[in-house]
Amino acid sequence: MKTHQYPVDLTDEQIEEFGNELEAIRNEVFDSRGDRDRAYILKVIKTQRTMAVSARFIIYLSLFFIPAWGHALAAWPVMLTILGLGVFMLGIAKILENMEIAHNVLHAQWDWMKDPEIQSNTWEWDTMSPSDRWMHSHNVVHHTWTNVLEKDLDVGYGIMRVTPMQKWKPAFLLQPIYFILLMLLFEEGVAVHEQAIDDHLKGKNKLKDFTPLLKRIGYKVWRQVAKDYIAWPLAAALVAIPISFYVSFSPLLVFGIVAGANAVANLIRNIWAFTIIFCGHFPAGAHNFTLEQVEGETRGRWYLRQMLGSCNIEGGKLFHILSGNLSHQIEHHLFPDMCSNRYQEVAPRVRALADRYGIPYNSASLFRQFGTTWLNNLRLAFPGGGEPYEPRREQASQS
Amino acid sequence: MRQPAQPEPGASPSIWSRLSTITDYFAWPLRTSHYLELVNPLWTTHKLQARVVKVWDETKDARTLTLRPGLNWRGHRAGQHVRVGIPANGKHYTRTYTISSPPEREDDCFTITVKAIDKGTISHHIVRNIKVGDYLPIGLPQGDFYLPDAQPIQPLFITAGSGITPAFSMVNSLIAQGRLPDTHHIHYAPHEFDVVLGKELKAMDRYNDRYHLHLIYSREGDDPSRNRFSAAQLDALCPDWKERDVYACGPPSLLEAIEQCMEDAGCIRRLHVERFRAPFTEVPADAVGGRVRFAQSDVETDGDSDTPLLKVAEEAGMNPPHGCRMGICHTCNTTLVSGCVRDLRTGEVLNEAGSIVQTCICAAAGDCELDL
Repeated sequence: MKTHQYPVDLTDEQIEEFGNELEAIRNEVFDSRGDRDRAYILKVIKTQRTMAVSARFIIYLSLFFIPAWGHALAAWPVMLTILGLGVFMLGIAKILENMEIAHNVLHAQWDWMKDPEIQSNTWEWDTMSPSDRWMHSHNVVHHTWTNVLEKDLDVGYGIMRVTPMQKWKPAFLLQPIYFILLMLLFEEGVAVHEQAIDDHLKGKNKLKDFTPLLKRIGYKVWRQVAKDYIAWPLAAALVAIPISFYVSFSPLLVFGIVAGANAVANLIRNIWAFTIIFCGHFPAGAHNFTLEQVEGETRGRWYLRQMLGSCNIEGGKLFHILSGNLSHQIEHHLFPDMCSNRYQEVAPRVRALADRYGIPYNSASLFRQFGTTWLNNLRLAFPGGGEPYEPRREQASQS
Repeated sequence: MRQPAQPEPGASPSIWSRLSTITDYFAWPLRTSHYLELVNPLWTTHKLQARVVKVWDETKDARTLTLRPGLNWRGHRAGQHVRVGIPANGKHYTRTYTISSPPEREDDCFTITVKAIDKGTISHHIVRNIKVGDYLPIGLPQGDFYLPDAQPIQPLFITAGSGITPAFSMVNSLIAQGRLPDTHHIHYAPHEFDVVLGKELKAMDRYNDRYHLHLIYSREGDDPSRNRFSAAQLDALCPDWKERDVYACGPPSLLEAIEQCMEDAGCIRRLHVERFRAPFTEVPADAVGGRVRFAQSDVETDGDSDTPLLKVAEEAGMNPPHGCRMGICHTCNTTLVSGCVRDLRTGEVLNEAGSIVQTCICAAAGDCELDL
């Protein structure tokens, strides 16, 4: 019997059977968690912290190679090389913290260890969005209502048209610009990605309705700014003041170099995180759903929707770690609280299962996934581009 | 007359804590301590850790760990216990062990003596797998089972098995201070080679005139039942026991017998007892629902074996935090205070106090209490 409206040729019973098979994979992996998983996350955390603190001091180290010092190695190319290394390492450390550690800890992937230091309800991450706010908009709203129009705020983030099912408005003409802006200011974008703020822009509520929320976000933003753009640069500048009597180099410039280096590191993280995350649900072939389709959804159908709505990126081991294993977006959406180091090993099983049931498994290179995301963004800035508000039977042509 | 100025409690933070308020601006959202941990885990302030510096097998199934605690440690009183965090199979467990060394020890280390108990996964793990160089999270010393400082008392220790540890620490502390009063110590063990810290006890007995040790091997001799604790046995070993302060530590059956004996003799007020608390709740074989108590809300109701606890709470008029209602978002996570719940997805039973419970997909499995 077929009563569902999902774009697959499966009976209701087959969808439930498919769900049961996924559940079996989940239980098997969950039962086998143990020492090696704990060793993995502890190693990643230690590496990240060591890298972050080393990067900060390498940035400081580069200041000793400013030409004004006058020693043999004091030259801009030497200084900039060291500075570049520090900035790159800091960027990578921030990427590791945000994606492979915090994102996954906040998904409660490591709560099973019961380690009081690594718990979803106490972890605060190195970005402007307070972690508990993000957990609500991400874990609750996005993961439950993945790709359902009018429910999942991540469908276009309230500013973009990512599927022809969204009605076109003239404001979408500017979406290629939003795309670039969001890429550069991704950290800030995530911090203000709130239903309440979205509603306010549409005139649905008053500012004072969510002042406490703004205060919470404001405090987190202040501490982030205080660290990257006040504390670390100021410490360098203060040391530079006495030195400036002997080496003619302005402490203000020292402040600027350190603050600038931190800004570039944040930018590296923003661009990388944006790229990976936009490949999760927006490349060609990802499905979106209407409220009518998900009415009375069972667990099996929920699994099916997660699979149809998510896209994987192919790459090597290091690539998967740096993407926080969101390159296994399908597995992550099927099993959001499975520890991330296990996605790689369940991926072939999930793929084979999808193949047996004839369900599309959207996996391709970063070039293809991000390329089609970007082309989609350009095309959908203009009206049309596909069937509006119609459950589609086959992969929609979105070119 | 002017009184010297007293610092108000909490008014002047130490220089270190003032300094770390500033350095924490550099470490946000972590703390300075998280980076100090990379250099030396004993320097942390966000958690207290100890380094395992020595392991020593006391008997075939009991091991003494010598631990060097971190900088924030404060000295213990002989007889107190400490919480120790143990990672086993990737999971973090907390167990409480009596400190077996006296506070007078010179190297700032302390020891715990752990006996592998039947079905005790964690004690087995400690006895077999903990290595020198491991770092274990620890708590601060706690407990009110210690000797009074002031009045001279004549103690009688009655211990069994690994219940020896607080008595061992107390007697050693008194010896180290050079003020050991006339002391009797009755210790029960199955056989001679099962006596935890046996060699040390015998040495103490040999070199201290005022320490009288009575070792009783409960499974040796023609009639082992005669070796069990009784008032007659007490009269024979320590005739003046009614005038002594009794410190007892051991399994529940022994403690009950001692309590009864002291009650009958009318000197129950001279009895001081330290109990081992069982960390596990028995899993009822025919796990059906049970009474569900929500501790913070002070609500008690019935929950059956397949209704999620979130629903049980809501039907009782509460509005606990929740999100997806399908076990993926963990918004509803809460702590199990006591009792037993079952994960409806996997059938896994959670019965360890302190476990994280996802209320939206867990149901009662017998009586339970949640921190909601």
